[in-house]
Amino acid sequence: MEKPRVAFFDFASCEGCQLQIINLEEDLLKVVAAVDVVSFREATKEHSDDYDIAFVEGSITRSSDEDRLNQIRGNAKVLVALGSCAVLGGINCIKNFHAPEYYRKFVYGEKAMLYETYPARPLKAVVPVDFEIPGCPINRKEFATVVKALLLGKRPEIPNYPVCVECKMAENLCVFEKGMTCMGPVTRAGCGSCCVIEGSFCWGCRGLVDNPNVDSQREILAKYGLSVQDVLGNFRLYTGFSEVAK
Amino acid sequence: MNGEKVIKVSHVTRVEGHGNILIKIKDGKVEECQWQVVEAPRFFEAMLRGRKWYEVAHITSRICGICSIGHTLTSLKATEAAMGVTLSEQTKKFRRLLMHAENLQSHILHLGYLVLPDLAGVPSVVPLASSHTEHVLRVIRIHRLANEMSDLLGGRTTHPQRPVVGGFTKWPTVEEMETLRQKLADCLPDVEAVASLIKDLAGKLPQFTRETEYIALKHPDEYALYDGDIASTDGGTWPVDQYKEVTNEYLVPQSTAKFTKNRRDSYMVGALARLNLNYDQLTSKAKEVSEAFGLKPTSHNPFMNNVAQLVEVVHSMEESIRLIDDLLNNGIKDEKPSVSVRAGRGSGSTEVPRGILFHEYEYNKDGECVWANCIIPTNQNHANIQKDLEALVPEIKDRPQEQIELTAEMLVRAYDPCISCSTHCIFL
Repeated sequence: MEKPRVAFFDFASCEGCQLQIINLEEDLLKVVAAVDVVSFREATKEHSDDYDIAFVEGSITRSSDEDRLNQIRGNAKVLVALGSCAVLGGINCIKNFHAPEYYRKFVYGEKAMLYETYPARPLKAVVPVDFEIPGCPINRKEFATVVKALLLGKRPEIPNYPVCVECKMAENLCVFEKGMTCMGPVTRAGCGSCCVIEGSFCWGCRGLVDNPNVDSQREILAKYGLSVQDVLGNFRLYTGFSEVAK
Repeated sequence: MNGEKVIKVSHVTRVEGHGNILIKIKDGKVEECQWQVVEAPRFFEAMLRGRKWYEVAHITSRICGICSIGHTLTSLKATEAAMGVTLSEQTKKFRRLLMHAENLQSHILHLGYLVLPDLAGVPSVVPLASSHTEHVLRVIRIHRLANEMSDLLGGRTTHPQRPVVGGFTKWPTVEEMETLRQKLADCLPDVEAVASLIKDLAGKLPQFTRETEYIALKHPDEYALYDGDIASTDGGTWPVDQYKEVTNEYLVPQSTAKFTKNRRDSYMVGALARLNLNYDQLTSKAKEVSEAFGLKPTSHNPFMNNVAQLVEVVHSMEESIRLIDDLLNNGIKDEKPSVSVRAGRGSGSTEVPRGILFHEYEYNKDGECVWANCIIPTNQNHANIQKDLEALVPEIKDRPQEQIELTAEMLVRAYDPCISCSTHCIFL
């Protein structure tokens, strides 16, 4: 069997998700042996437009990005969105809550109009996306699992239950009990509740589960004397794009 | 058209972010020579507006995946300055260790994966995995250890959760720290072997010098990474909150990132700037490596930034071991961060792998961020890259086109630019 040809691309992002792939360390050598990496600007000079699988990190933030993404979509048989910026729009969408005149002028002053930008959006707002690996950053083990599934011709499985499930299994004290708010009840699992384990709370970086149990989330908030308004800022951190779309 | 060379490297590879090199040479004359930054702007300073004090470092960490620890700690320092938060000695020591972890991770990534291929004449690290297997495995071991160190101290490798305003949410155990110390000590032979490979190939680094100004933090007691005042090789020191007197940002049409200048047309930040300013405070082994490469302050060869990074790898290894010993001697207490939210303005600065970084915020009485400014190292290097190119290209203009292209790319890569970080900086 011929090795699949794989390419990596990025748009507006911190490139931290591609870094997680490099962070596979010794396992990266195994991945590199199983596929042909034909384009990975961060790591190699070589480039080819002939590839089967494209991994794309980052949000789309200007119309010239769309042209490049359309080209990638045209070349790739399978397109995988890598990380929250690509899957959800992520942190880049926070700017969407401010008027464009405001954020352009705030950062670039009088010359703002020289710089092309529009509200940030996920890849799927522009092209069809085949698979998604959420997370800020991605969980590198989950990336390796997805690659394995793709190599075997199987559909990669990303959990569709909330972080609370993994958090309970990790035997963490509920964050609400510690007087903080948490996105865990509605956020897609797969991270092992890593932020709660490290003493923080769930920030919602993996996006909402497909059918978030909104009533249950409201009940939890009510139990701890909180309202939706109190946690709106949390929703606008990573999942702002979906809210805008509504 | 005789004798025309046009070089357009659209998206320089093996760097973080999107930058182009454009060079036109006609009849032996350099007609155009430009470093263009084409990264999509991301508007972080505007995003912070209205966010809560405890969210700010979480958001600004996302400016850069490679130096997320440095962004997090600089952000925390700025917020702590704004709210008058005092830190325990234990917190400061652990933060210093985290800076070393990131310095190790980032430098070894740059040297091993991004620079070595140029020195060995191959397009990426992949062919090296077969031709220099043992060395590539050593590079990977050092990189993995640096990442394990970040995991242990910060919670994870990228976008750490444990460092928060006022301290840490969770501390490593004594046993974990003892294990880390042992691993660092065991890793020193790997570092020495990689250093000697780079030494063997260092002849491939171009001999090029252009006098410029170097800016870095300076601290009386240590080789400054976590703390200090701003210092320049042209003389002068400034407290961190006067950073704008040094950075003087301005816009240029070829770039979505802002450029900076102090007393000259440009200045350089990063490992070479730190080494030029703080050489005496390096550990003895680090100095030995520096001497072996003939690198002494003040070096005006930007390609030596690669060597300065290697020197810092040795320094960070040794300093980490010393800091861990110190922490173990004092015992690790389960301290909890304590913050009283108040209105105020504050700035923070650290030396991240690519150079001096500034964050400044203003908060209202509810702890909401009302104003923010971040000045990233690569921003401060863009003008210097441009000026270096303008000086370098005429020196090499008669060489074959491929060689000019490679040398220009190597120059950009020597700065280890973090372009996506640099495009969203600055309040005017």
